[in-house]
Amino acid sequence: MCYLYVEVHSVISIPPRLIHRGQASVYDTGCVMATPRADDWSWFPALALGVSFLKCILINAYHSTDFEVHRNWLAITHSLPVSKWYHENTSEWTLDYPPLFAWFEYSLSHVAQHFDKEMLVVQNLLYTSPATILFQRLSVIVTDIVFIYAVKECCRSVREEKGSKDLLGHPFFILAALLLWNFGLLIVDHIHFQYNGFLFGILLLSVARHLQGRHLEGALLFTVLLNLKHIYLYIAPAYGIFLLRSYCFTEDNTDGSVRWSSFSPVRLVALGSIVISVGALSFGPFIAMGQLPQVLSRLFPFKRGLCHAYWAPNVWALYNMVDKALSVLGVRLKLLDVAKLPKASMTGGLVQEFQHSILPSVSPSITLICTLLSIMPAVLSIWCRPRGARGFLRCLVVCALGSFMFGWHVHEKAILMAILPFSILAVESREDAGIFLMLTTTGHYSLFPLLFTAAELPIKVLLMLLFTLYSFTSLKKLFRGSLLNPLETTYLLGLVAVEILCEVVYPLSPWQHTMPFVPLLVTSVYCSLGVCYSFIRLYVSLLRQHGTDKHKQL
Amino acid sequence: MENWSLVSICVLFGLTARWAVSLNSYSGAGKPPMFGDYEAQRHWQEVTYNLPVHEWYFNTTDNNLNYWGLDYPPLTAYHSLLCAHVAKLINPDWVELHASRGHESYGHKLFMRATVLVADLLIYIPAVVLYSFYLSEGSNKKKVCTVLCILLYPGLILIDYGHFQYNSISLGLALWGVVVLGLGWDVLGSLAFVLSLNYKQMELYHSLPFFCYLLGKCFKQGLAGRGLFLLVKIAVTVLVTFALCWLPFLSDPGQILQVVHRLFPVGRGLFEDKVANTWCSLNVLIKIKTILSTDTQLYISLTTTLLAILPSSIKLLMKPTLWQFKLALVNSSLAFFLFSFQVHEKSILLPALPVCLLLNDLPLPAIWFLQASTFSMLPLFLKDGLLVPYVVTSLAFLFFSIYLLSALEHCSEDKLRLGPYRQLYRIGWALFYFSITAMAGLSFMSVALAPPAQLPDLFPLLVSVFSYLHFLGLLLYFNIVQIAEPPQSVRKNQKKSN
Repeated sequence: MCYLYVEVHSVISIPPRLIHRGQASVYDTGCVMATPRADDWSWFPALALGVSFLKCILINAYHSTDFEVHRNWLAITHSLPVSKWYHENTSEWTLDYPPLFAWFEYSLSHVAQHFDKEMLVVQNLLYTSPATILFQRLSVIVTDIVFIYAVKECCRSVREEKGSKDLLGHPFFILAALLLWNFGLLIVDHIHFQYNGFLFGILLLSVARHLQGRHLEGALLFTVLLNLKHIYLYIAPAYGIFLLRSYCFTEDNTDGSVRWSSFSPVRLVALGSIVISVGALSFGPFIAMGQLPQVLSRLFPFKRGLCHAYWAPNVWALYNMVDKALSVLGVRLKLLDVAKLPKASMTGGLVQEFQHSILPSVSPSITLICTLLSIMPAVLSIWCRPRGARGFLRCLVVCALGSFMFGWHVHEKAILMAILPFSILAVESREDAGIFLMLTTTGHYSLFPLLFTAAELPIKVLLMLLFTLYSFTSLKKLFRGSLLNPLETTYLLGLVAVEILCEVVYPLSPWQHTMPFVPLLVTSVYCSLGVCYSFIRLYVSLLRQHGTDKHKQL
Repeated sequence: MENWSLVSICVLFGLTARWAVSLNSYSGAGKPPMFGDYEAQRHWQEVTYNLPVHEWYFNTTDNNLNYWGLDYPPLTAYHSLLCAHVAKLINPDWVELHASRGHESYGHKLFMRATVLVADLLIYIPAVVLYSFYLSEGSNKKKVCTVLCILLYPGLILIDYGHFQYNSISLGLALWGVVVLGLGWDVLGSLAFVLSLNYKQMELYHSLPFFCYLLGKCFKQGLAGRGLFLLVKIAVTVLVTFALCWLPFLSDPGQILQVVHRLFPVGRGLFEDKVANTWCSLNVLIKIKTILSTDTQLYISLTTTLLAILPSSIKLLMKPTLWQFKLALVNSSLAFFLFSFQVHEKSILLPALPVCLLLNDLPLPAIWFLQASTFSMLPLFLKDGLLVPYVVTSLAFLFFSIYLLSALEHCSEDKLRLGPYRQLYRIGWALFYFSITAMAGLSFMSVALAPPAQLPDLFPLLVSVFSYLHFLGLLLYFNIVQIAEPPQSVRKNQKKSN
């Protein structure tokens, strides 16, 4: 049956139709395959369990200060009354996540006390007993169940092309592997230590709900997410405009523009009440205690510099680099006086405050304006020509990437906010797959400085190879052909050279002692080229779609 | 996806698991004065680097044989020398004579772990990939699954990357022998095996099947004609390889005798610690060690070992096929493990290697055996602080192997190769799950419960006796499978169904 169908299909050479998964399984029935069938999902737990084992085996790996940050928060929420949570400052790692996350830590602490009570004492700074490590690591691994469930929901809502009878060639399988085995998430959560898996789980689940047309649930999940970690505010514009435009307005004009008369106040009220009730639940107690300014000052510390100690690969990294190059050039050409240059600029990359010597300094408000400008066209595009949940998803990725490119004090880890949702688009269209490969490979490589210990070097290289090899071969097979042009391939191969230069050759050279910041600088500048390029290509794809849509209407 | 990418992914995954385990503790970490196998390997580097060859195996003022004296064959010594040269380049303190004793540091641990990974990557892993692709049956996907399962075998990972040894070299060379023999290059195969034997004398457990297989092949070709020629070629290869390996020691018979004496320390008794073999288990009922003299023990163990390996060896001699060869390797090495003199718990890796090769053909018994073998080393892992990696790798191996090998295997009932005893198949699975549960229970008790005061060794003993029962049962099973080889027609059918 199955063979016959495939053959007929190929003989008549009908362009492969997009069929929904539910329909696709009709053709599968009665077709005996050597591998587990695509419509039984037994492979999914296998994939998820497999990666969970990998996470467990990394329990004794290196962990960063974020481990202590979260231990401290466990202690604060467990041993202090709610009113003191945002005032406590015994440790320098004060609580700076929104209240729902504090409650999450509070609930974790009740399990933690069965492992080791000592970790819940605020004064026990840098406390790392084996039981503490085991508990904290396991808490990340176990809460990842949310992520696993979300991935499953995303895979269910993926459109697929019928044709491949091999399980490994199905878009939903590839998506599951790309998300569950995502390199960045593995090293940031399970080596470096953070709870991103669980947070991204909520984000992806919310995206999946929108893809499935369950918008209220999606909105609820996103509001909860915002109250867990406020960094997701960056993608809030996409949510806000999408829900307003495609949910509150129920109909479009024939040319796709908004029909003002179709506005549904009931829907707006429903959305509003969700947002307000979750916000009240989270911030209400602190507002009642009159602590709102204190909480907000903890959540938005503007004391930090433009760039993190290690420059995230964004526009500002290039900007800093140009400034540095100009100042060096100026000194060489005797146009500038060395004594007048700000001192920190010459050791850049290792200090928090980076002062520009030639180019104008950048203030937080400028970064905010740049960020808003960068996401504006995307947001406008989904307002003018909404293309359903997928258009929204593309806009979300642009918002995440735009804020990464132009934001104030961006961490390199924030690239995951773009990479993970983008995976869904990557398995559905050829062009997106190409951009995805560029973005993930450079973005993931830019995470390398996060793990700087020698013992973890093989782990990060092996895992990166594992993920990159899989993403390239699987997407190439899915879209039957090469996805990158020679220039892009050369750029990506250049990453290998950068890695060898930065982590093997340079440490052996004499410059390691005089200019230790060079590897980080090279990494972030080289990666920012790739990320900028992906950002531009992503924008082009979005605007081109916008253009073709308009063209069709005319 | 193409095979090469799937295989690379499996290999990368295997390597990641290996390196992740190596982040954990090693044997004797921070336990002066004797430390553990990690220090032994480091000490050998120190000795081989600083002393002339003829002092390596002798007790001298600079070489105290009571402190981890070299007791492995020359190839190990050469390998140590090679590592020592690299170590000297990185940090001379690591191999300085006397002063480096008990040296432990972050950098040194990293270096030692890296040497294991390099050896593994060069020798064992390519052999596994070649074996799975050229010598195992089934679809490509199934071959990839076999690669993954063999690479994830926890026993080897935990001993090499946790406890610290270089088993991947000796086992890898032996596997190269099997692969090359399977491909029909008898001379190269014997060369690889002799190298493996010269790396670790424990490879003697595998020697009889190699011998019988090659001899059987010569017989088959007719001892009067081509067979004789083949026999001479192989004999010359073996002798020349041996001679080359032992070259520095050949000048003086005293040297040779001393090396041999170091390799086979008869004086150390029938068994040490808790080993899951016959003598240790029997010792629970009868105190053999005190009743019998050392000589009697030696003779008894020699006789029983010979008796146990006789059937499989004769069968192999009569029918030198790859299938028989693999089974004979299991039967011989397992018999050695169970009955021979001075067996270490780590020697279970020797039967485990050929059992890995049967994962594809006999999934259930192979998985069962491999799990039991990992379990039998539990006391060692606990001593080394490897509880977390032990639990995780065991669960991962069980899960992956059961999922990958049995999900792909719809016709596994025939595959058990028990012919008429098919109803045993279901009972087999039930027993399997029962025994896995028991292992989990015993592991938990070993970790969580304090043993009663009058029986401090209760849990290690239970672990070894319980594993012993598995090994004995599976020795019987593998012997039955080898002797009662299914008729050719059944195997052909299976090939079709694949």
